[in-house]
Amino acid sequence: MPPRLELRNITKSYPGIVANDDISMSIMPGEIHAVLGENGAGKSTLMKIIYGAAQADSGEIYCDGKPIAAHTPATSRALGIEMVYQHFALFESVTVVENIALAVSNTFDLDALARQITELSNRYGMPIDPHRRVHDLSVGERQRVEIVRCLLQAPKLLILDEPTSVLTPQAVVKLFETLRQLASEGCSIVYISHKLDEVQELCDTATVLRNGKVTGTARPKQSTSLELARMMVGAELPEMHVSPSVPSEKPVLEVRGLTAPARDKYGVELKNVSFEVRGGEIVGLAGVSGNGQAELISLLSGERTHGNALSIQIDGRAAAHLNASERRKLGMAFVPEERLGRGAVPPHALWQNAVLTAHRTGLVRNGLVDRKGANSFAAKIIERFKVKANGPQASAQSLSGGNLQKFIVGREIALQPKLFLVAQPTWGVDVGAAAFIRQTLVDLSRSGAAVLVISEELDELFEICDRLLVICQGQVSPPLIRTKTNREEIGLLMTKVDRGNGTNGRGEVAVQD
Amino acid sequence: MDLFIAIFTGTIIAATPLIFAALGELVVEKSGVLNLGIEGMMLIGAAFAFWAVIAGLPMPVAIIAGALGGAAASLLFGVLALTFLTNQYAAGLALAIFGSGVSAFLGRNFGSAPIDALDRMSIPFLSDIPVVGPMFFRFDPMVYFAIVMFFVISWFLYRTKGGLILRTIGESPETAHAIGYPVIRIRYLAVLFGGLMAGLAGAYLSVAYTPLWVENMTAGKGWISLALVVFATWRPLRVLLGAWLFGGMTILQLQGQALGIAVPSELLSALPYLATIVVLVIISQNRQMLALHFPASLAKPFRPAT
Repeated sequence: MPPRLELRNITKSYPGIVANDDISMSIMPGEIHAVLGENGAGKSTLMKIIYGAAQADSGEIYCDGKPIAAHTPATSRALGIEMVYQHFALFESVTVVENIALAVSNTFDLDALARQITELSNRYGMPIDPHRRVHDLSVGERQRVEIVRCLLQAPKLLILDEPTSVLTPQAVVKLFETLRQLASEGCSIVYISHKLDEVQELCDTATVLRNGKVTGTARPKQSTSLELARMMVGAELPEMHVSPSVPSEKPVLEVRGLTAPARDKYGVELKNVSFEVRGGEIVGLAGVSGNGQAELISLLSGERTHGNALSIQIDGRAAAHLNASERRKLGMAFVPEERLGRGAVPPHALWQNAVLTAHRTGLVRNGLVDRKGANSFAAKIIERFKVKANGPQASAQSLSGGNLQKFIVGREIALQPKLFLVAQPTWGVDVGAAAFIRQTLVDLSRSGAAVLVISEELDELFEICDRLLVICQGQVSPPLIRTKTNREEIGLLMTKVDRGNGTNGRGEVAVQD
Repeated sequence: MDLFIAIFTGTIIAATPLIFAALGELVVEKSGVLNLGIEGMMLIGAAFAFWAVIAGLPMPVAIIAGALGGAAASLLFGVLALTFLTNQYAAGLALAIFGSGVSAFLGRNFGSAPIDALDRMSIPFLSDIPVVGPMFFRFDPMVYFAIVMFFVISWFLYRTKGGLILRTIGESPETAHAIGYPVIRIRYLAVLFGGLMAGLAGAYLSVAYTPLWVENMTAGKGWISLALVVFATWRPLRVLLGAWLFGGMTILQLQGQALGIAVPSELLSALPYLATIVVLVIISQNRQMLALHFPASLAKPFRPAT
């Protein structure tokens, strides 16, 4: 039997980098095949090539023994190759059934299609309502829509790109059940991930990529995590040093009864949010995206102000009515989720981006920018935080995600903040840089600063945080001590806040530790 | 009663070119492309149609010539904006200026004599009904065609798969490309359709509305059509109502001038523009509705990944 899919010597370069270098692999019918690798290892590029959304510079792709010529997404779909993107390919302004109608190529009978969707989604244990608009759906529900859309085509090969990065642990279990059911029906699955435990649980075989090259193939169920990690990362990972925290007497950030309407129709209303962060500790806020994080972040950073000045206090002073600049004067620093566009101005040089928040440190005199000072300020950050960049003159957009994030975190830390807010600190950052950034956050807190980390990566939060909060539907749970909780408890809170004791008794429980 | 009928029919006629141009632009913008050059395409359409009439061609041919003139102009925009990914604002503004120049050039030899306007129909029996007849059944065919186009476009956008594809391309061309739709080709078709409709609007002006060649005879109607689309929050019915509002105000201010109201005529002439914008601004306050109908990728250049 020929393999369902075979890649021979695929090479693809983009200006400046070779994304895929001579990659060969094959996948049999009914096989669940992992493509493992760090961010930037070339996984997503390879999937785009398999799906036809990008064309390889050289190399061949065979499906069921026949070469695929003139490869586009349309030809892939005609061959039964379907892809669930990491960032979903759904249109928000139309309904589920309309979205799916766009992808299936038969007649435009929405009612019949809706019945088909209901039937199929129930059969695979992931019910969805075909008549809801996509923007009203949670991320997990959107993923179901994507998968059901693929399943309707009776695919022979299903590609999933980092499918669990936005799911709760419970949803992941559910997804794996569906995938196993599919594989048992003969569908091949290509599962892209950088999470070793998932790959070991689900996949039959794995191809490991590093810097665009295949560094090994393995049977994950028979390999140890260490073997796989070595193939992925190449070198040993730096070890984290997390010393015990010594929280300050008084909280540096205190949020009391913060209630705020949703930003827009697609936002989430914040309901009576209360928590505090003390100097010397890291508090993590977990939650599935779209549960009010965006609202909370903009209220904390000062992008949005609040009428009740006392609902947010920084270092004992009412701050909810202050704008971002005034809050920074109180000693707050902030690293937003979007590096390009909010954390930095993409086409501007690093030294110019440094001035954006560091102008208070004497880089601007009499309204004029001290270019020399700004340059050396940026150069110091580049050196201290090991940013790989072409000097302070390099533009922000020329840096890789990890290096730009190191620069932005470094810039904010150079301001010696008392309170450090950071959203998704290691999103799209390679493993090495992520470890560095996490260590930096730990070191910052141990030197006395209060650090609040908002992240969807539970592993990350468990690694560095002293206390954990969970946000769900605009409500924030009481704090949990990291060493006394576990993934299951957090996972349950991520899907439903226990309303019985959700509003009082916060803070104290954990601080006594 | 006669005055009322005159105002009513005048309104419908004055709105007709706006309906054509704005509905065409609506389709273009729904696909995520912003063509600011309606004024230029209308002028070229007007000049082509007028030229066809004085060359002795039959009226339907003249109107088709106008539409094709508009489409040719829009193709120019399409090549710049879709193939070469020029800034859409700049390309559209250039088209507006270019169209004005080309039409003036073509119109040098048109003379100042009026031509025989497009005949009005008189629909048998129906047009003889008192009041209703003259109000609804004695227009020229283009007036009815504009209304038909309204229904066709509404149906297409919201009831057909083609319309769904067009709207979703306007929301996210990346996603549409990812699931296998030829984004650029569809956008070209939308732009060409917008050009045809603007050409029709121009043709209507020069061979029916004021059958006389005057340089820059569109007098800003292209710009008003553009504003109509935005303030109508990208919804066909509101475009239609907005066009009628503008037409009504145009006729009312003409009547006002005829009655000798003691307001400078320049101010009165500005009234339709002002009133239309004010009303449309007020009805476009609902942000949620706006977010639902706004083509999110509007004016953003898109090139499929390779």
